Amino acid sequence: MAMIYDLVAQGLQMILVLAVAPFILGVTRKVKARLLRRIGPPLLQPYRDIWKLMHKEAVMAHDASWLYRGTPYLLFATTWVAAALIPTYSTGLLFSWSADLIAIVALLATGRFALALAGMDVGTAFGGIGSSREMLIASLAEPAMLLVVFTVSLVAGTTQLSAIAEHMIHGSVGLRVSLGLVLFSFIFVAIAENARIPIDNPATHLELTMVHEAMVLEYSGRHLAMIEAAAALKLTLYFSLLVCLFLPFGMATGDKSPLAFAIGLAFYLSKIMLLAVLLPIAETAVAKMRVFRYPVFLGGAFATAALAVFLLFVSQGF
Amino acid sequence: MTSLQFDIAHLLAGGMLVLSLLLLYQDRILATLNVFALQAIVLSLAVAWQAYVQGAMHLMVTALIALVVKGFVIPAALNRIVYRLGIHREIEQVIGAGPTMLTGLGLIALSILLVMPVNVGVTALAREDLAFALAVILLGLLMMITRRNAVTQIVGFMSLENGLILAATGARGMPLVVEISVAFSILIAFSVFGIFVFRIRERFDTVDLAALDRFRSERSTLQ
Amino acid sequence: MPLRIGLACVVAYLVAAVLAVVIGRWRAAPAVVYGAIVAISAAGLGSAFFALVSDDLNTRLALPLGLPLTGGALRIDALSAFFLLVVNLGGLAAGVYGIGYGRHERSPLRVLPYIPAYLAGMNFVLMADDAFTFLVAWEFMSLASWILVLADHRREENARAAYIYIVMASAGTLCLLLAFGLLAGPHGGYAFTAMREAAQPPLIAGLVFLLALVGAGSKAGLVPLHIWLPLAHPAAPSHVSALMSGVMTKVAIYGFIRIVFDLVNEPASWMSLIVIAFGGVTAVLGVLYALLQQDIKRLLAYSTVENVGIIFVGLGLAMAFRAHDMAVPAALAMTAALLHVLNHSFFKSLLFFGAGAVVHASGERDMERLGGLIRRMPHTAIVFLIGCAAISALPPLNGFVSEWMTFQAILVGPQLPHWGLKLIVPTVGALLALAAAFAAACFVKLFGTVFLGRARTAAARNAHDVDRFSLAAMYALAALCFLSGVVPGPLIDMLAPVAHALVRARMPEQSGIAWLSIVPIAASRSSYNGLIILSFLICSGVLTATVIHRFATRATRRSAIWDCGYPDPSLVTQYSGSSFVMPIRRVFGAALFDIRETVEMPPPGSAKPARFSLKVFDPAWRFAYGPGTRAIWTAAGKLNRLQFLTIRRYLMLVFAALIVLLIVVAAWR
Repeated sequence: MAMIYDLVAQGLQMILVLAVAPFILGVTRKVKARLLRRIGPPLLQPYRDIWKLMHKEAVMAHDASWLYRGTPYLLFATTWVAAALIPTYSTGLLFSWSADLIAIVALLATGRFALALAGMDVGTAFGGIGSSREMLIASLAEPAMLLVVFTVSLVAGTTQLSAIAEHMIHGSVGLRVSLGLVLFSFIFVAIAENARIPIDNPATHLELTMVHEAMVLEYSGRHLAMIEAAAALKLTLYFSLLVCLFLPFGMATGDKSPLAFAIGLAFYLSKIMLLAVLLPIAETAVAKMRVFRYPVFLGGAFATAALAVFLLFVSQGF
Repeated sequence: MTSLQFDIAHLLAGGMLVLSLLLLYQDRILATLNVFALQAIVLSLAVAWQAYVQGAMHLMVTALIALVVKGFVIPAALNRIVYRLGIHREIEQVIGAGPTMLTGLGLIALSILLVMPVNVGVTALAREDLAFALAVILLGLLMMITRRNAVTQIVGFMSLENGLILAATGARGMPLVVEISVAFSILIAFSVFGIFVFRIRERFDTVDLAALDRFRSERSTLQ
Repeated sequence: MPLRIGLACVVAYLVAAVLAVVIGRWRAAPAVVYGAIVAISAAGLGSAFFALVSDDLNTRLALPLGLPLTGGALRIDALSAFFLLVVNLGGLAAGVYGIGYGRHERSPLRVLPYIPAYLAGMNFVLMADDAFTFLVAWEFMSLASWILVLADHRREENARAAYIYIVMASAGTLCLLLAFGLLAGPHGGYAFTAMREAAQPPLIAGLVFLLALVGAGSKAGLVPLHIWLPLAHPAAPSHVSALMSGVMTKVAIYGFIRIVFDLVNEPASWMSLIVIAFGGVTAVLGVLYALLQQDIKRLLAYSTVENVGIIFVGLGLAMAFRAHDMAVPAALAMTAALLHVLNHSFFKSLLFFGAGAVVHASGERDMERLGGLIRRMPHTAIVFLIGCAAISALPPLNGFVSEWMTFQAILVGPQLPHWGLKLIVPTVGALLALAAAFAAACFVKLFGTVFLGRARTAAARNAHDVDRFSLAAMYALAALCFLSGVVPGPLIDMLAPVAHALVRARMPEQSGIAWLSIVPIAASRSSYNGLIILSFLICSGVLTATVIHRFATRATRRSAIWDCGYPDPSLVTQYSGSSFVMPIRRVFGAALFDIRETVEMPPPGSAKPARFSLKVFDPAWRFAYGPGTRAIWTAAGKLNRLQFLTIRRYLMLVFAALIVLLIVVAAWR
């Protein structure tokens, strides 16, 4: 019986991230539009887009291979599984131990690997340019992300997300300048990974500025729906990760009653909603960078994270 | 000393280090000045916190001097200089931002490596302050090396001096007289710098120090 | 028992080599010889596996060969059993592959006899229990592989590669010789048992360590001693390349572990610092260099350099933890390194086999002249893709597991009390993360350029899939990549005796853990479950696809490429491999390599095409070898004069040398 309850809780989380992801994307789009004094699409528009795309015929190039057809599903699956393994409303769910923070980041890398290959599948110049830049961004972001993981795991003594969240809630974390720096670095990485301004513009279709959009340029119909859904999920995933690592308060930890879950859920939803409002505000304040400025941006993230590690060493070194 | 006191001291000193690194990262001159002013303010907070923790009220004077002179007077003056020289444009760095940052991180690691293993007769806080102060000093020096503009070199020098003050306050029992005289010498150094910047500009129509190099090499070939 | 089987295998390999010389001209010769290799290495594999699992180890055997006083001592302990497993597994796969692939060999006599000899040499190195046997076997292995590098000796570049290889191999062996000499001490205890018991002073231990690092590191491909590797490995036939990259580098690592962990008594922290730093730098530079390659096999060879770097990081961490008496993390780091040894031998063999298939099918090694092979060679494409994903450390495949364990060891690093180690550990973690990201980029480039897109030349257009034996070998290795990625627990348990012998601790028992997870230190700290991840992935992917196909639509239409409205039918407008890496080359390469880009723009009105040329130089050549080579040339020029003296002068020289030596001896007393 307890097992079934745990399974339901885990399944609920899996459905939760999937259900909430397009809405989060809708909120960011709406806020951004309002900031630019447009009315903006309705909040539920992303759901409608995905629904519409799913029912459309998929048009593929003549020489598209099986890899091209399989990638959207693989991308969606990796992103969904990764998102479902991050504690949202409660720690210690049934499968939360099957992947730690490093494994979750690596799962996203699997999706990216597949998508970059799919971008090169039909042999267009745009697909190649997108894949190439995506891999550049990944190679810039990954060292910074590893140092973020390093710092967080050094503070919490674990890379298990549930355990980190519990440590942040209950443990004596104290005043840690390192965590602040790491948060900063994490946000930089998240912006780069989610193809947001200033690294990439999710709304652009101007050829030379595209990264993510260039990779998926040839996709249409249900395949595109999967990719869009995966992009929305990835944004939610990074929001959940931020919440789980840095602001886990309100999460159900020891008590696994439905009431604790409901409280955790309310906290979680309001936190990611807040992030969904903050992101476009930050985005409207900056301009898209040119490609060869990325190293400066993500190098800054790396330097911040490295500094966080050093400061943490010093403060623990007695 | 309680854990919270230590954490706050750590936060402030660490903040100074972060700002030092940010100084290296900045490539716009006005932003550099702002970051420098912020660093001075954090410095004064750090010194004031030390004064409170150590119960050494004369350090409050130091903090006040740092706040007023380095937090407001010098940045404002530099700001004026920058506008009068009309150089509120990008700084040319001798080496790129990436290598500079990596070198900076390496220097921080080096100073931690130098100071932290020492554990005879020093409190943890002093050790930590010393490590951070050394890092700030080295980063200031690095900034002076990597920049060509006279104004940013001054900023590098001043931020180096911030590191000195941090080291001195952490070390417990620096007499006030020394501190005041240091502050004055800095002021004098600053005014000398200021005069020189204008003189350089008058001569060469630029404050880019590369112009001076060119001049020197011409001289040496003439001789 | 395993030792006897091992010895029998070596003998059988040598017999097979002789047989190959005799029957080399027969048409069935490749099938016979490779069949023999398969049989022998299967026996060797079985006995090594059995020895490791049943703990039937530490038997000794004295051979009547070798030095007069010591004889030839043989022994199999846990470490050598594990490496015997790796070697014979590689041999088995190469044998199966060779049955099909070897049929197309143009001059079988230049290849066939030497592969069994090479395998015999590698097997023998692992069983040696005294310095003399070890070095003889080591040289045998080097020479056999040298001949194989020269298999296609008419090509100028192969001859050059072989020359550089033999020079580097000799230098490496010299270092090992000196290391053993120091270990043996003044009394000449050349048996490993004697070395283990002798207590070396720290200075000697340090020197031995440095010599072992250079000697074994040059064989394994540690930067900057790697320069021969990307030249020599690709020059051999592909299954031999697989053996060299996937297996021989591991034998070199075995040599390093044997000397540093087993024979030298206690590794000090400074040693581990050096190993970790070299490992991290090797990982990043190796893969960055791989990124810039256009030759498929050379790219794979450079990627071997990267993986050797990762393994050395694990070994260095194990040394560091052992030096500070942290046995459990040491076991974790050691197991991670050894597991990566095994995993790398899986996917690197697989990738070299795939490259061999591509080269055979199209006759091209330059990836810029290939493309679209996924449609012409579907089977090779699938297994190659699995290999690419595995080597890029992507879950749920095996490369990820060992890198994940290395990262877990790195995360324990801050507990080390030594400040230098404390600071280098996060640095090296960032370097490994960078290397992993580069590896992903590198293999996206490789797979994308070779198998995806449209065929760039007629050769690629007319390619065809390879024979059944080659495919069987590749499918088997791909299955192993999957299997050891999804259920790594049994492998980790298998490595427990090895880790215990080396660092006196083992990782927690994995077999009892629920759901087949793996737990490096404690379940509260971190755990990973490839099986659950894989089943989740399959479930959610299949579920989504089914739902969409069932309830939405599955209508598909084929059409021309859209390409934002500007489709260009020309084949050359596709993204090529070198354009793919241009951003990374610009950002990371400019500072690290000598890159010369020249653009020739003809003046307006001229009909000449614009030209872009790119040259990348390995900085190791300039910094590490340039001065040395120049010095040798200068010295040789000076010494050349000695060749033209009169006899009286020669006698004078000999006399002077004698007198000087006598004086030295007199002074020594």
